[in-house]
Amino acid sequence: MSSQSAFQKFRTSRSVQRKFSIGIRLVIAAIFMLFAIFPILWIISASLSPTGTLATQTLIPKNPGFGNYLTLLRMDQFPFWTWFLNSIKIASITSALSLSITTLAGYAFSRFRFRGRQTLLKALLLINVFPGLLALVATFLMISQVGDVLPFIGLDNHFSLILVYLGGAMGINIWLMKGFLDTIPRDIDESAMVDGASDWQIFTRLILPLLRPILVVIGILNYIGTYGEFVLARVLLRSNEQYTLMVGLQIFAGAQFQQRWGVFAAGALMGAVPIMIIYLTLQDQIVGGLTQGAVKG
Amino acid sequence: MTSIAAQNAQRKASSSKPILPRLLRLTLLIVMDTAVAWFLIKLVSLGYFPLVAAFSIITIFVNIVVLWKEAYPIRWMVVGLVLMALFTIYPIFFTVWVSFTNYGESHLITKQQAIDQILNQKYLPPTGKSYSWTAFKSPAGDYALWLVDPDGNGYLAKPGEAVTQPEPGENGIGELDEKGIPKTIEGYQRLNAILAATDQNLTQIRFGEAGKTIQVRSPTEAAELLQLFVYDATQDAMINQETGGVYKNLRGTFTSSSGEELRPGFIASIKINNFRDFFISPALRGPLVQLVTWNFGFAFFSLLLNFFLGLAIAIMFNDPDFPFKKIIRSFLIIPYTVPALITILIWRGMLNPELGVISRSLENLFGWSPPWFTDQWWAKIAILLVNLWLSYPYFMLICSGALQSIPQEIYEAARMDGANPWQLFRGITLPLLLVAVGPLLIASFTFNFNNFNLIYLFNAGGPPIPGTPTPAGYTDILISYVYNLAFSGSRGVNYGFAAAITIIIFFIVGGITLFQYRYTRMWEEVSENV
Repeated sequence: MSSQSAFQKFRTSRSVQRKFSIGIRLVIAAIFMLFAIFPILWIISASLSPTGTLATQTLIPKNPGFGNYLTLLRMDQFPFWTWFLNSIKIASITSALSLSITTLAGYAFSRFRFRGRQTLLKALLLINVFPGLLALVATFLMISQVGDVLPFIGLDNHFSLILVYLGGAMGINIWLMKGFLDTIPRDIDESAMVDGASDWQIFTRLILPLLRPILVVIGILNYIGTYGEFVLARVLLRSNEQYTLMVGLQIFAGAQFQQRWGVFAAGALMGAVPIMIIYLTLQDQIVGGLTQGAVKG
Repeated sequence: MTSIAAQNAQRKASSSKPILPRLLRLTLLIVMDTAVAWFLIKLVSLGYFPLVAAFSIITIFVNIVVLWKEAYPIRWMVVGLVLMALFTIYPIFFTVWVSFTNYGESHLITKQQAIDQILNQKYLPPTGKSYSWTAFKSPAGDYALWLVDPDGNGYLAKPGEAVTQPEPGENGIGELDEKGIPKTIEGYQRLNAILAATDQNLTQIRFGEAGKTIQVRSPTEAAELLQLFVYDATQDAMINQETGGVYKNLRGTFTSSSGEELRPGFIASIKINNFRDFFISPALRGPLVQLVTWNFGFAFFSLLLNFFLGLAIAIMFNDPDFPFKKIIRSFLIIPYTVPALITILIWRGMLNPELGVISRSLENLFGWSPPWFTDQWWAKIAILLVNLWLSYPYFMLICSGALQSIPQEIYEAARMDGANPWQLFRGITLPLLLVAVGPLLIASFTFNFNNFNLIYLFNAGGPPIPGTPTPAGYTDILISYVYNLAFSGSRGVNYGFAAAITIIIFFIVGGITLFQYRYTRMWEEVSENV
């Protein structure tokens, strides 16, 4: 009997302990959450604050309003809306084309057996050890040289920027795609082939629909990576109307940071929100992709 | 495997069947080859030989892939391969080439182009064939010169046109006066001697066509300009015709024995000098040691801080029954969802001395706030802090994924044996976790090693190190230093040296990555999976 009560006591103490521990952890969680969202809250407040300079801002703005947003969209010198559309355009085209390249190559690596296949797959890994950022100088010189002959693939051009981004499409993600394709049984292909379907028909009608989950992850990560890319765009684009949002925001910050902090905050927020929404709605898929080694960009 | 062989056989058979698509393919190929040929000719004429080589090889490759039946699988990825070759592989080779040259400020053109430009320079000989001159000016501001040689022959010279010897009445030339000078030239106004002597423009203008130009030397004399330099191919040197000085080719600049240099210089191989400068140049040693130390320190401490904060959070909430788990996670990953550039700029604003919210709050609370941007140590701390905010969610996510895959029975068994929580963590959690996330940690180290965005956007590498030969700051890492060398024109671009440092970074990063493959046996796994 006594042993029974001792056990009971032990159990209650454990459960009290547990409640206590959860309580403490909730407090810590609250502190971390504050750390996580404080900059965001502050930028929201800045964007709504009518005074609009860095010095005068308080966390809860007096007389909040959308004046900064209106100013943002009306500035001639800093065409925010054009930048935003440029970014959307470049990121959409790049991620769609990059996804096509990755998928087609992944399919070929998974379904065909050809000489040099293993070498090529390993070479892809090795080549990507060289960070693209390092080739910045060479890429810049190359694009400016090509542009001397063909201006539409030269500096200050979205087309050439997209091409440079696509140069990285044959990357680590091909491994991910190939791995996923390997899990799709080959019997599906074979039965279709017996019916006389061509490779292309098998790929588009049978395989592609099965790839949807992985296409979403790779496509979204690529989109986010391209949208947030800064260095290449900064180096290759030259004129105000051609800038992407990231380049534009950096230049705006460099020029008018302190005087027009509220306007900058509005721009930063409008630039960040679409990506935040994508992340938070698709967080489970994206987390899954990240842990498997998918890469942004 | 036999079924695959059969499939392949079937594929080969079926791929040679249709004729129309093949014709279409051939037509497209011919069109493409023609366009590339035109493009290559243009590139050759501009002297861009590395690009010519790259495009030629790639075009040959594409032709082989399209025409050769065995290459059928490669056709599925030919576009990707071409883009990779152009924008990933070619830049690597180009970087290697540039790193052995002096490519940069005043060394931007080929040797032939530089020689042509230098040969174009002229000088006005102090003696030699000379003329007396009379200037004429049109209402539009164009000048013409009437020249009389010692024999009394008259010539008409205009800028950019050949010198002619017209008779009065020809070409609008009026009657000659007693000195043999036309009284009028149609469309021009004759300038009197005082006007002509005080006209600042006249002495600058080169009359006559290129190669045989005449310039005003003094108020009474005009003379034919001579070519200043002659190129001597055997000595690889320029000879100054005026002084007789010899300018020898020294690392891509024609330089006299007294050190005088001719502009422009040209791109030339300087062998390993860029690398030697990196390792042993006394002027660069101080800043470079500082840069490299901070580069490693930054990557290491970033990894340590970010990983342990992420891990701590993951362990704290690694409890299936924890309340509001999903909401807490959504909040905690918010920093990761904001594009990094925006985050960095926001932090730059928040830490702004005197104006930013953090600095102001600290000021109000303690009467002092750290000089985040002007003191090198506080700048470094600020960068680590911002990077912590940026990347702890990533580590939190991968750690909580890895934690969930550790079977609970191991903990039960260890607890039975009387292990305390710290022993559980040291003995079970950490080792198992490191096996799972180790490769991602190494990848993260190499990412931070080249985390250009953070350094450049937060503080542009500042505060600057005083007295460096090329701009460098206390928080600069190698890649941002390279960017300054190549793109910030303040003290002249130096692509060659930038490329050499790039190669050095590549060896560091490549070494770490190969170690990762080794350490994680990823290479073997890769080989098995293929």
